[in-house]
Amino acid sequence: MHPFPFSAIVGQDEMKQAMILTAIDASIGGVLVFGDRGTGKSTAVRALAALLPPIKAIKGCPINSAKAKDVPDWAQVSTKRAQDMPTPVVDLPLGATEDRVTGALDIEKALTKGEKAFQPGLLARANRGYLYIDEVNLLEDHIVDLLLDVAQSGENVVEREGLSIRHPARFVLVGSGNPEEGELRPQLLDRFGLSVEVASPKEIDTRVEVIKRRDAFENDNAAFMLRWQAEDAAIRDRILKARKSLTKLKTPEKTLIDVAELCLALGSDGLRGELTLLKAARAYAAWRDDTALTRAHVREVAPMALRHRLRRDPLDEAGSGTRVARTVEEVLG
Amino acid sequence: MANQSWTHATLALQLLRIDPGLGGICIRARVGPVRDRLMAMVDPDARRLHPAISDEALFGGLDLSATLASGHLVQEQGLLATPGTLILAMAERATTGLAARLAVALDKGKNHTLVALDEGAEPDECLNPKLAERLAFHVDLSDCCLADLTDAVITNKNAIAPRAVTMSGDITAQIARIADNLGIDSMRAPMFAIRTARAHAALNGRGTVIVEDLEIACALTLAHRATRMPEPETGEEPPAPPPDQESQNNTEESFDLPDELLLDAVRALLPDNLLDQLTAQKARAGRGNGTGAAHKGNRRGRPLPSRAGRISDGARIDIIGTLRAAAPWQTIRRNATGRAGLQIRPADIRIKRFEEKSDRLLIFTVDASGSSALTRLAEAKGAVELLLAQAYARRDHVALVAFRGTDAELLLPPTRSLVQTKRRLAGLPGGGGTPLAAGMMTAFEQAIQATRRGLTPTIAILTDGRANIALDGKADRKQAATDAQQIARVLRAHGTDAIVIDTGNRPEPALRNLAQTMDAAYLPLPRADAERLSKSVATALGD
Repeated sequence: MHPFPFSAIVGQDEMKQAMILTAIDASIGGVLVFGDRGTGKSTAVRALAALLPPIKAIKGCPINSAKAKDVPDWAQVSTKRAQDMPTPVVDLPLGATEDRVTGALDIEKALTKGEKAFQPGLLARANRGYLYIDEVNLLEDHIVDLLLDVAQSGENVVEREGLSIRHPARFVLVGSGNPEEGELRPQLLDRFGLSVEVASPKEIDTRVEVIKRRDAFENDNAAFMLRWQAEDAAIRDRILKARKSLTKLKTPEKTLIDVAELCLALGSDGLRGELTLLKAARAYAAWRDDTALTRAHVREVAPMALRHRLRRDPLDEAGSGTRVARTVEEVLG
Repeated sequence: MANQSWTHATLALQLLRIDPGLGGICIRARVGPVRDRLMAMVDPDARRLHPAISDEALFGGLDLSATLASGHLVQEQGLLATPGTLILAMAERATTGLAARLAVALDKGKNHTLVALDEGAEPDECLNPKLAERLAFHVDLSDCCLADLTDAVITNKNAIAPRAVTMSGDITAQIARIADNLGIDSMRAPMFAIRTARAHAALNGRGTVIVEDLEIACALTLAHRATRMPEPETGEEPPAPPPDQESQNNTEESFDLPDELLLDAVRALLPDNLLDQLTAQKARAGRGNGTGAAHKGNRRGRPLPSRAGRISDGARIDIIGTLRAAAPWQTIRRNATGRAGLQIRPADIRIKRFEEKSDRLLIFTVDASGSSALTRLAEAKGAVELLLAQAYARRDHVALVAFRGTDAELLLPPTRSLVQTKRRLAGLPGGGGTPLAAGMMTAFEQAIQATRRGLTPTIAILTDGRANIALDGKADRKQAATDAQQIARVLRAHGTDAIVIDTGNRPEPALRNLAQTMDAAYLPLPRADAERLSKSVATALGD
């Protein structure tokens, strides 16, 4: 069964916007979706795959290399032909063992042929694509550490059982979770480019619409998919167009100062916040098909780019999103 | 007349058989004939899970012993690989991790049906909310007695596929309104209600959903999720019906019945102690299930006798135990196989076990303000020292926070060094204002860090409770009290254990309130010597 189409998700505009931005510019660094149960977090992330344009990769390459010379020598790939393939969106299940994530000795070959061969793991498959972790805050600590390391270096190194393998693993992290069930370490929080908080829609009309669409999806799947897949395709085309116009987009000095001032006023740790904010604002401008970056773009994406980078204040019950919004008002007026 | 929850339970099981997409049912009942009768109606091929089930058993994996024996790769199938009914016994013990794994499996829509048997004894001991959310039904059979039971397995031959059931768009709006009125935030609940209505119509061989289906659907899926008593709609018009209402032809039964009627169906089922339950849930948010404290990041453990088990990730083989288990069989095996040498079978494998216990961290938060210094600082110091000796015996970790003047200071980060703690404590000067909120805040930060490192923190606050410095360092008695209360609420929400020791000459009512807010033990100690203080603290901490 196809996942629920992205465009058919009612409301949740910030979450959808964040996902589109990261699809436009992968270097923004992924999305973290936090929210209550039953708000459509998982639905949205699973729907993301359909939005992503295909990539070119060497046929049969375990790490989806774009060029024949990048195919690792441990992978026995005979062909040099590249083909279109959907952008990989790899699910990292909670119970995944370290072996499955990084790759390990190919036990079948070791036992049957006595060969020492490398069996690539999820990180290899996610190269040049997306790595999706549902319930990211419940992930085992040692897997989190491993992910942090790879996300930082863009390279997966396996040194065990007499194997010494390294291969590129550049992926966009997409995570979702319910903060009530456990918090995420600040180190991992920071790795996500954007973060959004979702809540159930409050208006009765929206709620009715959500239920109606879900009902149609379940009971009249063919017609429903036909209608919404077209909408998804339209979004995909717009993403492609935005990717092109992103290169031509001008960044005025004035906006750079705005970004720096905003981050300074919020006291967000490190420069990563500033960079992400700038990239997100540029992607947003490209999505809106504007020619130059303005203060309005920065203002729009500031909450999602910065809210997870603030030092947590246990007394602030309003949440960090409000704090960002307040500071944006103060600094950018 | 048959007991209503029994009727609902049997009906729910039938609905699940018709539409597995409903996720499953949570049955709250202790082991007994009532539950056994109900379980007899569940699919006999159902597979059983238990809360400590390993990932390999769930998702499948390499069968190492079979692979080694046969020389080629043997993958074993996990329980989740094929769709079917799963029974989760002792569901209240399921950890968040297991709940998340099962939730993902249910989400993927592979037609798994989960029957969760919740045997919780206390109200806050219940199925993990994450999992409960994904099960359409919840029945409580604790009130059923044997006389109520009926063998109500109706196998209606006229049953049709739920997909074939039609439903007017009006119903959707109505269910959304009812869910909203009951304070149900999640969107899954109304979706389940609609599916249930369809399934119930299908069960009775009807092509369209009628009022009866709706009533039952609301009662089965919405009642147990309600977070507030439904408000009667006094004079207020219900939201305008969707415009497409008129365009519908009247082959379907009209649905102009008021929401009130359906709400009544739900209201009849709302538990009397709904509000109590809600406060209990709120108070312990984030902790709320019966899994017990997490054993994380342990560095020690008492070895327990090894036990027969399988080689899996993280398990350590007890070699002596394994050899001992294999020894008696050697002659027989040698005769059977004709091979010489040691022969070990998978059944011989013994796995090492350790008793794990989270290390405890005691965070002493000592009031060194002027008012305290005059009266009881010396006594408090003495008490802390005695407690330290006990902590040392238990190998607890200790941290020391002092607050005086305008700010709190972490005098000693978590340590096990008795000498160091004593030295810092002895050098603790007194005097200045009482920034209680700042002290609690520093202690709370330490507690959070400790939890992350796998320790179980307990905060012990020693103060005379006359807070007069607010968090921002200003001398404002009122603001100081408000700040302290606010942090107390945060502490409670976080579920940190705490104990408040009133070192004032007279018990301070404000301090008792504060202790109540953070759900902590309160010990007034007017005129106590250090030894008595230490004794009462030890009792309060439950040694």
